[in-house]
Amino acid sequence: MKALNIIESAYRATIEEQDDTIVWLTHAMKGAGADLGVLLRGNAVNYAALGQDAAGLAFGGWRQTQPPRLADDITALVAKGVAVYAVAEDLAERGLGPGDILNGVERVGRDSLPKLLAGYDQVWHW
Amino acid sequence: MSDKKTLTFALMDPPYESARTTTALRLIDIAVRRGYAVNVFAYEGAVLLPFARQQPHANAVHGRSVEEENHLLTKNVVAALAVEATQNGGKLDWVNCGLCVDERGAGEAIEGIRRGSPADFWKMAEASDNTLVIATR
Amino acid sequence: MAKYVLIETRDPFESSDVAFYHDLARRLAAEGNQVTLYLVQNGVLPARPGARTAGLEELVQAGVEVLADDFSLRERGISAGRLQAGIKPSPLDVVIDGLAEGCKVIWH
Repeated sequence: MKALNIIESAYRATIEEQDDTIVWLTHAMKGAGADLGVLLRGNAVNYAALGQDAAGLAFGGWRQTQPPRLADDITALVAKGVAVYAVAEDLAERGLGPGDILNGVERVGRDSLPKLLAGYDQVWHW
Repeated sequence: MSDKKTLTFALMDPPYESARTTTALRLIDIAVRRGYAVNVFAYEGAVLLPFARQQPHANAVHGRSVEEENHLLTKNVVAALAVEATQNGGKLDWVNCGLCVDERGAGEAIEGIRRGSPADFWKMAEASDNTLVIATR
Repeated sequence: MAKYVLIETRDPFESSDVAFYHDLARRLAAEGNQVTLYLVQNGVLPARPGARTAGLEELVQAGVEVLADDFSLRERGISAGRLQAGIKPSPLDVVIDGLAEGCKVIWH
């Protein structure tokens, strides 16, 4: 069974969780042998952006030592063999050109989405 | 071919925060009434849906006592769905994501809830006829 | 070709992302897939006669079946007997039917 995780929700509780919980879930399922792809859409295309830095938050005397490193997590998914796509129009709308995003993230146009979805047995929209 | 299907649902919302929870519980109700085998993977806030320490309360705005208010407690709904499943020849297998339980202090769940992980979600989905993810916003 | 049930819980008054989902429904139908758009929760608000529909009528013309959850309609005082043209009231069972039949069921 192949499943496509469509990730739309972006930066939702990522500081508290110290991860994006769906990127994390994808890693965990991949580790358990799942055959997965990821489609970043909407604001979540920003997870492919270069230069993200959430480090340095402190609350009173408590300092966050493990901030989320979302770009690294996306790169790690690609390295594990998970196909990671990002909707091209959503990138463009957010001012993200080809030189602004991680290597290994494949841009797909909205017109290609039916074909992309057809390649998976399950499509899960997060 | 059996009419009885196996369906998996992934839920994320905590109780009392979204209409998605009601729709999810309605869907599970339909499935268990049909005698389907239903798996639920409760992720993030959804691990609080079967939290055992939920308490009903009165409603002073409407002048209702605790008994009159008969407040919906999601832990009671989950328990009722499990009973409905059994009565119709199906089952409800509810797995709470363990790390989500830990960070929320939601360890006290009603009877019948198992602790699990994303690997369980994948296994349930692979063994199901179909899976529906109801994510939070 | 495949069967899709696209569940729409969002409404166009609060979410601009409804346009993406309508576009996806239209594109899937254009590729020959059987597509049902199932409106539920606030997603039924555009079904009221006179409401801004954000293109639901075009979806119906494009061959997408547009259904609205009867409970969500009643909850919002929208008469099931008087909906925007082409939208039909439906019990939520349709979603479980779709899952049971092996449709790709996607929640938005």
